Amino acid sequence: MLALKGIPVSNGVAIAKGYCLVEPDLSFSKITIQNNDAEIMRLNEAIEHSKIEIERMQAAATQKYGEDKGAIFGAHLLVLQDPELFVGVAQKIQSGMNAEHALDETVQFFIQMFEGMDNDYMKERAADIRDVSKRVMAHLLGVELPDYSRINEAVIIVAKDLTPSMTTQLDPTFVKGFITDIGGKTSHTAILARTMGIPAVVGAKSATMDIKHGEPLIIDGSTGEIFIQPNNEQIAQYKKVEEENKQFKQQLAKYSELKSISKDGYSVELAGNIGKPQDVASVLAAGGEGIGLFRTEFLYMDRLDLPSEEEQFTAYKEVLEALNGKPVVVRTLDIGGDKNLPYLNLPHEMNPFLGYRAIRLCLDHQELFRIQLRALLRASVYGNLKVMFPMIATLEEFRMAKTILEEEKEKLLLTDVPISTEIEIGLMIEIPSAAIIADLFAKEADFLSIGTNDLIQYTLAADRMNENVSYLYQPYHPAILRLVKMIIDAGHAEGKWVGMCGEMAGDKVAIPILLALGLDEFSMSASSILTVRSQLATLSKELLVPHVQKLLQLSTAQQVEQVVIDILK
Amino acid sequence: MEKMFKITAPEGLHARPAALLVSAATPFKADITLHFKEKTANLKSIIGVMAQGVAPGSTIVISTQGSDEAEALQAISDVIATKGIGEEC
Repeated sequence: MLALKGIPVSNGVAIAKGYCLVEPDLSFSKITIQNNDAEIMRLNEAIEHSKIEIERMQAAATQKYGEDKGAIFGAHLLVLQDPELFVGVAQKIQSGMNAEHALDETVQFFIQMFEGMDNDYMKERAADIRDVSKRVMAHLLGVELPDYSRINEAVIIVAKDLTPSMTTQLDPTFVKGFITDIGGKTSHTAILARTMGIPAVVGAKSATMDIKHGEPLIIDGSTGEIFIQPNNEQIAQYKKVEEENKQFKQQLAKYSELKSISKDGYSVELAGNIGKPQDVASVLAAGGEGIGLFRTEFLYMDRLDLPSEEEQFTAYKEVLEALNGKPVVVRTLDIGGDKNLPYLNLPHEMNPFLGYRAIRLCLDHQELFRIQLRALLRASVYGNLKVMFPMIATLEEFRMAKTILEEEKEKLLLTDVPISTEIEIGLMIEIPSAAIIADLFAKEADFLSIGTNDLIQYTLAADRMNENVSYLYQPYHPAILRLVKMIIDAGHAEGKWVGMCGEMAGDKVAIPILLALGLDEFSMSASSILTVRSQLATLSKELLVPHVQKLLQLSTAQQVEQVVIDILK
Repeated sequence: MEKMFKITAPEGLHARPAALLVSAATPFKADITLHFKEKTANLKSIIGVMAQGVAPGSTIVISTQGSDEAEALQAISDVIATKGIGEEC
C-alpha cells in the first residue's frame, strides 16, 4: 500500500490496474552456432511475426487516425523488408553468429551511421530502425513488447513519459488515467489527459520502478496522489470520491445549455482549445462558445512530411463548419521550442524556447507559411475565422505576417476564390516585450490573446520543461497579474476584445481575478469549460473589482493565492 | 539500362520520396541501383537510399540490370515524374 506523489495535471479519480509501458529486457548471449540454416530460419520467422504485427498496427492506426499515421508504420515495414539490413544479418549468421548477436551488430552499425549524420531527420530514422529491430529481437528472444492497441480492459497507463506517437495508439475506452515519471503541467501527457478528460499525475519520478504491471492502483489527479495496492478502506474512500465527481459532472451538465455569465450579470465567452478537428466534438458537448485556440501544429506532427494545402484546407473547413458560425481562433504554425518537426531539418538549438520557432520560423520559411495561410483563407467562407500569429515580439513581425496574409488573399481573389470579408487578425501576447507595448498592438490588431504558458516562462525566465525551476511557473505572480491587466486595458482602450488561451484561463484561483480585470474570452481544455461556467455563476464582478486593486499591490504569488481563496470562502 | 534525374522534391530523397521509390523498385527482379556522387545504393533498401542524403537539386542516376530491367526503369521513372520527386534530364 505504497503511496507516491507527483504533479496533479488533470482532475478526477481513477481506480484500475496499472499498465506499465516499460521495455522488456532484451539482453541476449553471444553464442557460436553450428546449424546456420536453422538460425536463418529463426530470423526469418521473427521477421515474419514482426511484419504481421506492424501490418496490424498500421491497419488499426489508418482506420482510427487516417493515412498519415498509417504511413509511419508503412515506413517501418520498409525497414523490416530492407535487403541491406537483413542480408547483412544473414551473412553474419553464416559466419557462425547467433541471430540475436548478428541482428544487434548490424543494427548498431546502421544506427550509428544515421545518428552520426548532422541532420535531425536522419537521427529520427535511427529511431525507426531501432524500433523495428527491437520488435524482431523480441520475437527472437520470445518476449513480448508492450502493445497498447491490445489493451482490452480498464487500465491506468504507467510510463516514463508519453510521446504523441504513443498516445495515438491509446484507446480512451480502456485508458482511465496516466502516471508518468517525468513532465509538468504543460507537458504533452498533461495536455492530452485534459483533452481526453481523464485524470493524470506526471513527474512521479520513480513510478515505473515502484509500480508493477497489473498491480491495482488509485490515482487522484487533483492532488497528485498515487496508491499502489490500495486497501479496502482506500478503495471505498476513493470510490466515494469517484461517485461524487460523477454526480458533480451530472450537476454540471445543466450548465452546457446556459450562458457564461457571472452572478451579477456580466457575460464572457468560454471557448475550447483544440489540436485536431476531432477535438471539436468535446468542446461542443461541453457547451463551448467557440474555439479560442486551434493549435495547428498538431496537423504537422507525427508524420513524415508537410501536410498539403488541400489537407489543411479540409481540416480548417471541418472545424469551421462544425462550429456553425461560432468563432474559431486559428493559431498559425507554432513549431520549435518543445515541438519539433524532424522532416524540416531544423538546427539543434541550445535554448529552443528563445530560438528559431513559431512566427520567427514562418517569416523565414515563407513557402511553408503561405501554404497554411492560403488553406485558411480558402476555408474562411465556411465559418467565423480569426487568425492569430504566435510568439510575436515586435510590431514589425506582426506587420510582416499581416502583409504576407494580405498578399495571399489578393492572389486568391485574382483567381476568383471566395474569401470571407470578416476575418479578424490578432496575435498571441506571450512575450513580455509584446505585453509591454500591447497598446501599440491593439491599434493594429483586431484582438489580443494572452498565452500565459509562455508569458509566465518568459517573464520569470524559467524554462517550463525544466523541473528544477518549475517552482517559478507562477500564474499568480504579481508581475503576471500586472501584465495581464496592462494587456486587457490596452485592448479595451482601442475597443478590441482580449482573450486568454493559456492554462491560467481555466484556473480556479485566476478566474475571479480575470473576470474582475474584464477579460472577454477564456479558452481552455474542453473538460474545464463547465466547471468554469459553474464557478462564474457564483462570482460577482462588482464585488471582486475592489479586491483586485488590492491584489495587484501584493508582493508574492502565495499571498495572492491566499487572498483569493479567502475571498472565495 | 540507366536514366538521369534531377531531384525536385523539397525535402530531397528523404522519407516520403525514398519510401515511394523503394516501394516501386521492390517488386522487380532486376538489380536496381541509385548512383549519387561517387556512391551507390540498392534502390530496394530504404536505409541505403536515405543514407545517401540526396539533397533537393541534386542529380542522380538510376540503373537497372536483369530480366525485367526495362519495365523496372519505366515504373521508377513514372513514380519520379508523377509524385513530384524529380524530372528526367
